[in-house]
Amino acid sequence: MTALLLLTLVLPAAGALLALAVYKRSDRTARIIAAVAAGAAFVTSVPLYWHRSAAGWVAFQDGSRPLAPITPWHEINVSWAPLIELRFHIGVDGISYPLVVLTTLLTLLCCIYTVWRVPATETSESGQAPQRGALLSVLLLVIEIGILGVFLALNLVLFFVFFETVLLPMYAVIVGWGGPARRVAGRKFVLYTLLGSVLLLVGVFLVVANAGTAELTTLSSANSHALAQVPQVAAFVLIAVGLAVKSPLWPLHTWLPDAHTEAPTVGSVILAGVLLKMGTYGLLRIAVGVLPDGARKVAPILGVLAVAAILYGGLACLAQTELKRLIAYSSVGHMGFVVLGIATLTQTGFQASLIGNIAHGIITGLLFFLAGAIKDRAHTGDLAELGGLRESLPRLSGLLGYAAVASLGLPGLAGFWGEAFAVIASIRRGGTLWAVLGVLAAFGGALAAAYFLRLLRRVTHGPATPVVAGMARAQIAGYELVSWAPLVLLAIVVGLIPALVLGMAHDPIQALSEVVRP
Amino acid sequence: MSIDNVALLPAYIAAGTALLAFVADLVAPGRHRVVLAATAAGAIATGVAAILVGQGDTRATFCAGQVGCSYVADHTAALVAALFAGLTLLVLGLSAGAVRRLPPGEYCFLLAASMTGGVVLGYARDLISLIVALETLTLPLYLLVGLRARVTPETGAGREARDGGDPTSRLASAQGSFTFFVVSVVSSAIALLGAALLYATTGAVHFGAVNAALAGNPQVRDMPLTGVAVVLLLAGLSFKVAAVPFHAWAPVTYDGGPVPIAAYLSTASKLGGVIAIVSLTSHALGPSLNLAGPALAVLAVLTMTVGNLAALRQTRMVRLLAWSSIAQAGYILAPLGGLALARGRTSEAVGTAVAAVLGYTFFYVILEVAAFGSIVALRGDLDGGTIDEYRGAVRRSPLVVSVFVLALVGLAGLPPGLAGLFAKVVVVRSLLSGGSTWLAIVVALNAVIGLAYYLRVAAALVGPANATSPAAAAPAPAARRWPVLAALGAAAVAAVVVGFAPQLVLSAVR
Repeated sequence: MTALLLLTLVLPAAGALLALAVYKRSDRTARIIAAVAAGAAFVTSVPLYWHRSAAGWVAFQDGSRPLAPITPWHEINVSWAPLIELRFHIGVDGISYPLVVLTTLLTLLCCIYTVWRVPATETSESGQAPQRGALLSVLLLVIEIGILGVFLALNLVLFFVFFETVLLPMYAVIVGWGGPARRVAGRKFVLYTLLGSVLLLVGVFLVVANAGTAELTTLSSANSHALAQVPQVAAFVLIAVGLAVKSPLWPLHTWLPDAHTEAPTVGSVILAGVLLKMGTYGLLRIAVGVLPDGARKVAPILGVLAVAAILYGGLACLAQTELKRLIAYSSVGHMGFVVLGIATLTQTGFQASLIGNIAHGIITGLLFFLAGAIKDRAHTGDLAELGGLRESLPRLSGLLGYAAVASLGLPGLAGFWGEAFAVIASIRRGGTLWAVLGVLAAFGGALAAAYFLRLLRRVTHGPATPVVAGMARAQIAGYELVSWAPLVLLAIVVGLIPALVLGMAHDPIQALSEVVRP
Repeated sequence: MSIDNVALLPAYIAAGTALLAFVADLVAPGRHRVVLAATAAGAIATGVAAILVGQGDTRATFCAGQVGCSYVADHTAALVAALFAGLTLLVLGLSAGAVRRLPPGEYCFLLAASMTGGVVLGYARDLISLIVALETLTLPLYLLVGLRARVTPETGAGREARDGGDPTSRLASAQGSFTFFVVSVVSSAIALLGAALLYATTGAVHFGAVNAALAGNPQVRDMPLTGVAVVLLLAGLSFKVAAVPFHAWAPVTYDGGPVPIAAYLSTASKLGGVIAIVSLTSHALGPSLNLAGPALAVLAVLTMTVGNLAALRQTRMVRLLAWSSIAQAGYILAPLGGLALARGRTSEAVGTAVAAVLGYTFFYVILEVAAFGSIVALRGDLDGGTIDEYRGAVRRSPLVVSVFVLALVGLAGLPPGLAGLFAKVVVVRSLLSGGSTWLAIVVALNAVIGLAYYLRVAAALVGPANATSPAAAAPAPAARRWPVLAALGAAAVAAVVVGFAPQLVLSAVR
């Protein structure tokens, strides 16, 4: 089984190299190779679920209490560069597994989508250069390696290395295949998020240099004495700010709307679907897990910022006139709920953040796919020019309605659990501040309903605008259906059975919440 | 006094290489290949000798009883000598085209002479040897930078008009050489003054004796004159690493000289300055670190910030790299700035800081050689041109451009340039274990500014060709010789290897 763990990282790398080798001869073959590699990585990531516990090969660890917040199901631990405390230590547990599978799934869907549909680029339009879709697939695979590495890393330095790996490929995706203002957006993205990750670097080494180890399993165990020397608040603030840029948390979110608006469809899907989760996952596992004292002191500020993000995201959405920009701002709000869950430092809150992460990945991934499909057909994302989509594209507008309703948190669909739990956790946490935050967050949830209904009213209902009326009645193509269907299904499955995600994370979450109990 | 000739072997071979280059040019006049091959063989022999001597126990020679020895062959010195030999070898490879149009005998002789200075530098353990070695390293470079004015047209190539045969580029070359000369003389005078004052207060020139005098006699250590001496000495040496305030020569000089010489200046010459500063701080100035530390911290912060901000606005390729190498000098010096705090001055912390400086330098020189080597391979060896002229280069030479981008991204400190990432990690870690969190944050923020211009260059390289930019950026015929590509390939392989196995470097510099 440990071989599978390594394979999930090696297969995308192998696929990327192979695709690079053949793309000169046939771009399409290379794209298919990339999709096959992404598929193989998905197939190897799913069985990671089966692991040996006290009772043998079972999936759930009932009864036996884990001793530490991190008890990896499978792990690989090899020395890499001991002088900087770097070990190639990767492993998967109940907290990281859902995110790992989400990553491999979304990458697979994006690679499949890219086999049939390559975003137009400046050079290919002018006919100068052949399509470079294979390079896009290769970059998607490289991004996949980085994101998986972040979720799997059990060594702080390794976490940081993988965290940085994602940066430039994502920049290349935005600048290489993005919209008209892609250069500015890409620059903003890369400089902003680098600012976050250099602060993360300082924070990580503030921990590592003082504790003398970078092993997460050691650092986050409750009875660790290694951390006695670490200035916890300073380290927590540095790490949290670094990760908050990625999440993104208000007021560090300003790179996100531009990046999303300009990025190609698959870029937006990966960016919203899993890349942002590196921030919230890191916040939970690194910032809170390793620095509980710092977390206890800073949590109220984090909570206030999270609620500010929820309200700001909601209000900003109400004012948006562009489809992708609106969805991007809605991400700011949704990630605010996730951060609020973490900031409560309670078991319920952590569970809310976990399922919120997954739900947002599924639903917003789907929303960006749909927005991309609409923009491809209408050649505009301006809400004023879209309207009456129900008339010309009934199925597409139906799916958009489904995704929007899922995103606003309708019970029975995936989006509900994260937001409801976050509010409950905040109110149950006790104290005036948290009660107020909970109420405000609930109001933010209502805002989400308002802006998504406004979106649907504008786009799907009403009389058809000239743009929509003039649109070819292009129905949903087969490849689109293939890349969307899993997300459509997951949105309802996770909504009906949240235990799919929460069950396996119960023990590590409980252990973590005991360590940081306020 | 007995002399240990085995310890001196690398220095002998290095000096012999210089002579060999001269003799080869006399025996086979105008046969640039012979001269180049002879010099390269000498450089290899120097490196091998340094490693073999370094394998054994520490040897010392030119000892004067109680005060200590002037020449100590320890592991670090062997590493430094081998690094100088390796860099010289790579630069010789990159010069394969340049020596066809510049006088090969002089070129190779001067380069080997400079290498000799660098090799001796690592072994030097007294103030006089240190300064003499540093001057030996620098003097030949004035001439090498000026050599571009003597370029002869390559028959049938017809490219000399742009490559340096015209009056403007002769002027640039003379300007570069002259600026370099003047700043160097001034800074050498300052360093000498510092050394002389230090001798006046401590009565010693050997590092060990200086250290003992400062440590044993607090009165001497706290004398204002000693403080002045320390600061003057470090300021004078900072010229070699192109640190602020002695940085302004670098862009003019790099851009004026042939590109391979710019590569040498930004790697070997800078390495020389780093070694000098590190030897002094770790062997001689230990007790005065409370003075040297803050001076170096200020120097580091100013250097990286000024270098990065100025690089943002450059339009010429070599000038941009020159400013970026000034910024890199700031990162190199930063761990020594950590010595400003008492917590950073324990012997363990000093050891970590020195290892971080050497480690960063090691990673940096590899990436820098790869970057300059790519310029030689893409554009030719006499003139770096403007960044606009590189637009769309990826269509013509995808492999060279990949190496260039890897080097640039590495210099910015990001994957896939893992070597550069680990370099930054080493510096930040050293600073944080010494308690200098603020300096670590300054380094980190500077890395963000750095990425802005490295990305600009990388984007120009891989982006579409600009209609307004001359498509004439085709490589000069002399630039695509196999030694150039071999040197570039070696640098690229080295960058990838140390990127995946940083332990190789980190354990070597300890």
